[in-house]
Amino acid sequence: MKIYLKIWRQKNANDKGGMVDYTLDGVESDMSFLEMLDVLNEELIAKGEEPVEFDHDCREGICGTCSLMINGRPHGPDSRITVCQLHMRSFDDGDTIVIEPWRAKAFPVIKDLIVDRTAFDRIQQAGGYISVNTSGRPVDANAIPIEKDAADASFNAATCIGCGACVAACKNASAMLFTSAKVSQFALLPQGQVEAADRVMNMVRQMDLEGFGNCTNTGACEVECPKGISLENIARMNREYLAASVKG
Amino acid sequence: MSGLIKSSLARKYVMALSGLFLVIFLVLHVTINLASVISPDFFNEASHFMGYNPIVQFAMQPILIIGVIVHFVMGFVLEIQNRNARGVGYIKYQGGANASWVSRNMIISGLVVLAFLGLHFYDFWVHEMAYKYVEANPEDPTRYYAETVEKFAPFWRTVIYVVSFVLLSLHLWHGFASSFQSMGVNNKYTPGIKKFAKAFAVVVPLAFAFIAIYHHLNPITH
Repeated sequence: MKIYLKIWRQKNANDKGGMVDYTLDGVESDMSFLEMLDVLNEELIAKGEEPVEFDHDCREGICGTCSLMINGRPHGPDSRITVCQLHMRSFDDGDTIVIEPWRAKAFPVIKDLIVDRTAFDRIQQAGGYISVNTSGRPVDANAIPIEKDAADASFNAATCIGCGACVAACKNASAMLFTSAKVSQFALLPQGQVEAADRVMNMVRQMDLEGFGNCTNTGACEVECPKGISLENIARMNREYLAASVKG
Repeated sequence: MSGLIKSSLARKYVMALSGLFLVIFLVLHVTINLASVISPDFFNEASHFMGYNPIVQFAMQPILIIGVIVHFVMGFVLEIQNRNARGVGYIKYQGGANASWVSRNMIISGLVVLAFLGLHFYDFWVHEMAYKYVEANPEDPTRYYAETVEKFAPFWRTVIYVVSFVLLSLHLWHGFASSFQSMGVNNKYTPGIKKFAKAFAVVVPLAFAFIAIYHHLNPITH
């Protein structure tokens, strides 16, 4: 396959950046998208040019590191996968592929296609934890009975890998799907009740401080989330926040 | 409570509650308007009551106007914040691949409805205020039907009203059910709420449009 690439190149956070065109020959349909970029980078290095910087780690869809806007959609055209799980068979010979970094003020570009997602870390640090006694004789978490539906919903929320596709997809660059998943995974469990009110207040406050946009319920985040995190989590966060605010 | 006032979620609550309030008002409005087609006498009675009852005039009317202002001012605030949150835009962005046009363009449908409200206020509210308080005319419980029908005599006004109702429909199509999600309601009743909201978004604007067209096609002949 011959693929025409339009890739965002940006030297550093202060550089204005712009799209650069590349033509890549000999792309095989069973290559992953990231392998295709590896091939491009090998060619660039052989020519003495600067390779395209992009984030990647596990390459099996669980670490949430890869983060590319491909032809205007986070993680590309297929659903419920990350970029590393996207294969070139999803494209045709002669296709032009536009590759951009996640765009959000809270996710500034570091270089090329790599953005700084530490805003998510700070939201998590603001309340995405539970306090557990880790002394010599901790209570086994499995000893606490938890309703099956609540356990499943909590687990579903916990599958969020924090990749940021929700922010990238949202027309408002809102981080509410991420934040609500992190709120929900604890709000649904008895272990999460102790800090429930503080958690939602602090995480939402941090989310606002980071400069993410507001949710307007378009549902784009849910569609593009590689883990299928549901909008129900945002509704749960809205309920939790309202209850916590009224309680003071 | 101070956190509630400043937060992004509070802005969602304000949009949702003011929107739901305006939805309730629409029910009252369309019900009285339908009377103008079915029973001109009842329409005159109801309009006169709304126009002269002190609770309606000096309590409900200001609350309604505040509701409209809060909804559109907050809508603008959210729109500006949301545009700022992206910063640098995408070269290629397929918004339509994952969300409906209606949900992504509430500001457009909202602005059209707001512009329409300007005309609508000029047509009826300003006229009414001038009639009662500036010209100090005496009460006339029989004038409302004829005044309403006359308003729809010009073709251009009827067209503007009908087009605005289409945009109102699009606004409600997303906004009505969305307000429940913003208030944290997403449960086994949600599919039912969504169906009801969409039916509402079609039926109510359709009724408004029907009334406008009906009066345009059936002028009072003296």
